[in-house]
Amino acid sequence: MELDPVFLSRIQFAFVVSFHAIFPVFTIGLAAFIASLEALLYRTGNPVYEELSRFWTKVFAVVFGMGVVSGIVMAFQFGTNWSVFSYATANFLGPVLSYEVVTAFFLEAVFLGVLLFGRNKVPRGTHLFAACMVAIGTFISSFWILSANSWMQTPAGVEVQDGIFQMTSWLEAIFNPSFGWRFAHFALAAFLTAGFVVLGISAWYLRQGKALTSSRKALTMTVVLMALIAPTQLVVGDFHGLDTFEHQPEKVAAMEGVWETQEGAPLLLFAIPSQTEERNYLEVGIPKGASLILTQELDGEVPGLKEWAPEDRPHVPTVFWSFRIMVGLGLLMIIAAVAGLVQLLRGKLFQSNRLLRLYTWMIPAPFIAVLAGWFVTEVGRQPWLVHGMMRVEDGVTPSLTGGMALFTLVGFVLVYSVVFIAGVYYLSRVMKAGPESFTQKDEDEGTAKRPFSNVHTSLDDAPRR
Amino acid sequence: MELIDLTLIWIVILGFGVLMYVLMDGFDLGVGILFPFAPNDQARDDMMNSVAPVWDGNETWLILGGAGLLAAFPMVYAVFLPALYIGVFLLLAGLIFRGIAFEFRFKAQQSRYLWDHSFNIGSTVAAFAQGAVVGAYIQGFEVEGFQYVGGPFDWLTPFTVMTGLGVVTGYALLGATWTILKTEGETQRWAWRVTPWLLAGMLGFFVVVSIWTPLSHERVFDRWMSNIQILWMFPLATLLVSAWLYNSIRKRREGIPFVATMALFVLFYIGLLISMWPYAVPPEHTFWDAASDPGSQLFLLLGFLFVIPVVLGYTAWTYWVFRGKVSGQNGYGH
Ligand code: HDD
Ligand code: HEM
Ligand code: HEM
Repeated sequence: MELDPVFLSRIQFAFVVSFHAIFPVFTIGLAAFIASLEALLYRTGNPVYEELSRFWTKVFAVVFGMGVVSGIVMAFQFGTNWSVFSYATANFLGPVLSYEVVTAFFLEAVFLGVLLFGRNKVPRGTHLFAACMVAIGTFISSFWILSANSWMQTPAGVEVQDGIFQMTSWLEAIFNPSFGWRFAHFALAAFLTAGFVVLGISAWYLRQGKALTSSRKALTMTVVLMALIAPTQLVVGDFHGLDTFEHQPEKVAAMEGVWETQEGAPLLLFAIPSQTEERNYLEVGIPKGASLILTQELDGEVPGLKEWAPEDRPHVPTVFWSFRIMVGLGLLMIIAAVAGLVQLLRGKLFQSNRLLRLYTWMIPAPFIAVLAGWFVTEVGRQPWLVHGMMRVEDGVTPSLTGGMALFTLVGFVLVYSVVFIAGVYYLSRVMKAGPESFTQKDEDEGTAKRPFSNVHTSLDDAPRR
Repeated sequence: MELIDLTLIWIVILGFGVLMYVLMDGFDLGVGILFPFAPNDQARDDMMNSVAPVWDGNETWLILGGAGLLAAFPMVYAVFLPALYIGVFLLLAGLIFRGIAFEFRFKAQQSRYLWDHSFNIGSTVAAFAQGAVVGAYIQGFEVEGFQYVGGPFDWLTPFTVMTGLGVVTGYALLGATWTILKTEGETQRWAWRVTPWLLAGMLGFFVVVSIWTPLSHERVFDRWMSNIQILWMFPLATLLVSAWLYNSIRKRREGIPFVATMALFVLFYIGLLISMWPYAVPPEHTFWDAASDPGSQLFLLLGFLFVIPVVLGYTAWTYWVFRGKVSGQNGYGH
């Protein structure tokens, strides 16, 4: 069997970046939540905020750690597997990624130390400041990386000379056409992710009768926020899609499963697209829906996939279904959050057992939605690496053999499996221990010479002594 | 545009970044390398606690190195990474295992030994891979146009194994002298004991590599021989600093050993630059061949001049916050 280095590199990149992406999207939102808790603590002095902040900072530390180690892999993936692409785009991507390091990564990494270990070493105001710096750092980080990614979707401000991308305008390149909506949509996704995790965990504690005061507080805070953000995400997502329709119409055609250019295209709810036969099976749809959304007219024209040569089309089933998974989960989030808000206003939220259970079940939902969204974006960009300018097979490292690519792919799958299993295991330990077990007492009394060595905070089933 | 040579400025900036990385991540990787030899569990806790608040910031210098190369010397980025493909994977895997060990070790009880191993093996593999990168850089790469065309294991030779082991020993020395600085009692006594051995080991590797390099690489040989009037000072300086280090160990000065080890690293680093100058991708391509567009170099430079001092400032500040000994009370209490 011939091992294709391009194919294996694509799988590998998709795997490592998907793995990486689930952590930042959570920590970006969570960092903002922790900074808010610290600010509230600073202003009110209410210990419930401290309990929550201490607890979620513990969770944050584990997830952030996984984000950092998988991020370092990313910084070198471009070079190892996509060296022609890196070399050709270095004039733009190099400075952008470097700015990310100096403006964001250092900020996060350095102030994280103070946030995690400095509560008793620096004044309260400084600790709050560190929490804010970490939160801001995560946003700056997504600013740069999303600019880089958006530029690959909708390149601007460059021209190609002798195979090298030369800059014509930094502003146009950084603030390229799809960047604004993508950034907004992603930031909201980060809030939704952290919000629904906090919601699900707090609901779980409440049903167990654990950490009641703090869980009620957290539940109230997040329900209100989610009820605002989830519907906003739908609107922003819609604009994001319209923007894509303008710049990458073939991606939207794949999202909507439209093969023939048509006026009054239906909004498909279900279909089984076939890439080879260039048609859909079992279509169920709302007549004229897609045209209405995309062109604001019932009979607006939507270009179909057949406008593009078969080798210029993305893989339709992947894009089509990923899109439906994301939007479906988005709608579910709206319903769940608004229902929670209604119950809160009626004063019945904490007794709504079924809703609370739903929240706990929904913890994976935002992560799935985020990955699905990225699959729409990235698979929909194919076969281009830089849309309209450089194809994927032209970007791969020439010296890379199939065997090497397979070796590292298997290697990363193995390494990440260990990281992921261990991470989930320890996170579930922290979750089971609950907010009440991470109180001030352990740290200040100095009873625990060996951290975590007293039974109270031990996270394994059988403590040593 | 010829007024200022942007490429030269970038060599200085990235040279500084790489040096920062080597010194800073060097000591925390060194702590990991020494981990299994520590006298007891309390010592391991202390050693890990001494680097826990700062390792992430230290490692960020590596990311800066990667992204900075892509920005300023894309050819280096696009040749080194494919050429060292398998080695880079080992480096990354090593960094992953030592990185997660920080978080997981303190949350484990029975499985703690697993994370001890993960921390130790990860640090050692990462250090070795970094040393091998240095060796591979000295060896040079097979390049056509601006792309690597050699095989997957060209980088792995007896010479690079030697430089790899040299860096492992050197980092261990940094780790040991850092441990002297940050701990007390039994842990510190142990660190005092191992430091002279590590120093001897590192000097041994230094001598071997210093002789082997010019003998097997003509351009390095010519470089040193034709400038021997000034360059004889380097071995001398190395000797003097080593003596200073050894002396401070005998007199039990807590701070000097760490500083002296850093000074040794600076000397080696300058020696390497002298040997290789002006080649970025030896044997053919200089830094100027490897440079990106001046516009990109300038765009990034403007930001760096402003941001890097700030970064250095708050980095120094956290070291200040976490100054002093770690023993006992300052547990992994987050
Ligand atoms: C919690 C996560 C989440 C939720 C609930 C939604 N999205 Fe989303 N979506 C993302 C998370 C996300 C994402 C992972 O953040 C993506 C991938 C890249 C990007 O820009 O955002 C994305 C991409 C993405 C794209 C691809 C555009 C492109 O890259 O060319 C479109 C058209 C939408 N979204 C539209 C929507 C709509 C109409 C939603 C209705 C509720 C929606 N998204 C909910
Ligand atoms: C955050 C979540 C992300 C996910 C889940 C994701 C997913 C994917 C997937 C599935 C592919 C393979 C597409 C295919 O070959 O059909 C891919 C490719 C790629 N993505 Fe992403 N992506 C993400 C973010 C990013 C970002 C932020 C960047 C750039 C800064 C990026 C750059 C690339 C590159 C260079 C490739 C390889 C070339 C290619 O196949 O197009 N991705 N990604
Ligand atoms: C979906 C896209 C991405 C987003 C939103 C994102 C954001 C972040 C954030 C917020 C962090 C901090 C750690 C954490 O919170 O887990 C981080 C870490 C990191 N990311 Fe990503 N990232 C993305 C994709 C990438 C890509 C494509 C690269 C490679 C060029 C990359 C390189 C890194 C590196 C090197 C780190 C470690 C930084 C450190 O040590 O603090 N990321 N990322």
